[in-house]
Amino acid sequence: MVENRPFQTFLTHLILILGVAVVVFPVYVAFIASTQAPGTFLRGVIPMTPGAHMVENYSAMLGTGLRRAGAPPIAGQMFNSLVMALGITIGKIAISLLSAFAIVYFRFPFRIFFFWVIFMTLMLPVEVRIFPTYQVIVDLGMLNSYAGLTIPLIASATATFLFRQFFMTIPEELMEAARVDGAGPMKFFKDIMLPLSITNIAALFVIMFIYGWNQYLWPLLITTDTDYFTVVMGIQRMANAAETDPQWQLVMAAVVLAALPPVLVILFMQRLFVKGLTETEK
Amino acid sequence: MQTKRSTFPAGWLPYALVAPQLVITLIFFIWPAGQALVQSVQRQDPFGFRTTFVGLDNFSRLFADPLYMNALSVTFVFAVGTTLLSMSVALLFAVMVNKLIRSRDGYTTLLVWPYAVAPAIAGVLWWFIFNPTIGILPYILDMLGYDWNHRTSSTDAMILVIIAAAWKQISYNFIFFLAGLQSVPHSLIEAAAIDGASPMKRFWTIVFPLLSPITFFLMVINIVYAMFDTFGIIHATTQGGPAQATNILVFKVYMDGFIGQNIGYAAAQSVVLMAIVIVLTVIQFRYIERKVQY
Repeated sequence: MVENRPFQTFLTHLILILGVAVVVFPVYVAFIASTQAPGTFLRGVIPMTPGAHMVENYSAMLGTGLRRAGAPPIAGQMFNSLVMALGITIGKIAISLLSAFAIVYFRFPFRIFFFWVIFMTLMLPVEVRIFPTYQVIVDLGMLNSYAGLTIPLIASATATFLFRQFFMTIPEELMEAARVDGAGPMKFFKDIMLPLSITNIAALFVIMFIYGWNQYLWPLLITTDTDYFTVVMGIQRMANAAETDPQWQLVMAAVVLAALPPVLVILFMQRLFVKGLTETEK
Repeated sequence: MQTKRSTFPAGWLPYALVAPQLVITLIFFIWPAGQALVQSVQRQDPFGFRTTFVGLDNFSRLFADPLYMNALSVTFVFAVGTTLLSMSVALLFAVMVNKLIRSRDGYTTLLVWPYAVAPAIAGVLWWFIFNPTIGILPYILDMLGYDWNHRTSSTDAMILVIIAAAWKQISYNFIFFLAGLQSVPHSLIEAAAIDGASPMKRFWTIVFPLLSPITFFLMVINIVYAMFDTFGIIHATTQGGPAQATNILVFKVYMDGFIGQNIGYAAAQSVVLMAIVIVLTVIQFRYIERKVQY
């Protein structure tokens, strides 16, 4: 504060409270809707106060799903999403650490070329090469598998850049000392680089987990078997079905469940999240 | 590009270290992109038995197609609308939060979590609130005399997807604006205050110009987001309708290539999209240095 003006402080709080209300509003409505009795959404307007059917709706979604819409139980889909999110996150971090280490700590032919190949991934999001990528997955027999859900998404230029930037800031002396002491490259990587990178790894973990959990187009392309559906892509079927058969209390329960894990990650790891976000964006 | 001053002796090891990343990039990124380039100059018969080379025919058909031109203008309106709405709201929040000291972290927590909500879910949330039969907002709009229906009105459908896309992106812009505001030198603002400049004047003549590099950076990021990451919003809600009113480019590629199996035509669209991403990435990288330094 440059000067003390009580009215302005009041106004600031007022605007922010209204802002937060607007931001929270959709999720509040979804939660309220998910606690209503069946039949609430046939007519009238969405209620604004909680109903009494929360436990019933959530356990119905987790355990049996929305049979009439061809949607399997959410519990299985959430497990698939978790496998996918963790697979993508761990994969991305592992291969990016290794390639950044190679690019910073070795001089070898084609180094710059490799760097550019990795850089190209930034310019080729799935959305622009949908069909040919799908063909590759078909040819490799990776449709409807966890490998297909994760491996094609673990190449990451951003993570490689982040680790490269970070490795460049590590003092030269550390590596020289390690070499004098007779440590080979992999021992140096494991005992010195990894422990030093822990904060960066954690920050990246938060960002990549959210990225992985929220994948939509990719699972839509490569899963046809309901056993491999992820929860985020599964929502769409239910929402479409609710247009004709308004079981919104169940659809909204699924929406809340699908959004909860990544939101909790942000709320509990806010500092790491902000660090990860501001640093991965180059 | 630099390495460390002293390096480990190279042998086979560095190749083994970059191999996993490289193999995945080649198989799942470079190869399909190359295929898209090849397919964009070919035409396949409906059963995929025969492929003929047609030169740039797919591209000339593309730019003569009113549906594609429509998708281009829809994408433009959608991207600009989303970027403007989300950035202006985020800037307002960031400026307000930056004025506070004790409650800063509390408000930040309450404003950043929508980042974690998937675009498709953001779409469904707003789709539900705006539901013409039972939604709460159409109910209020009706009392104000506006008959909301995103199933039939193109304008309503566009507003719906813009709100859903912008809502999710506010937190991202907010974090960057707040970081930018915190690096504005306090002495400048104090000096202006002593000279008698009002808070509004201080903001527009000192703070906002100093934020311009970050504003520019966010503009590029938001346009990329609106163009490429919002597939889920469209697919889960309007499906490009009504009457093509929300058929953005990435949704059209998916419909033409994956659902319609019109491979050459979709590949040509992919190539155009690739060109757009490349241009945006280059712009973004040229201005990186300017992002943090004032």
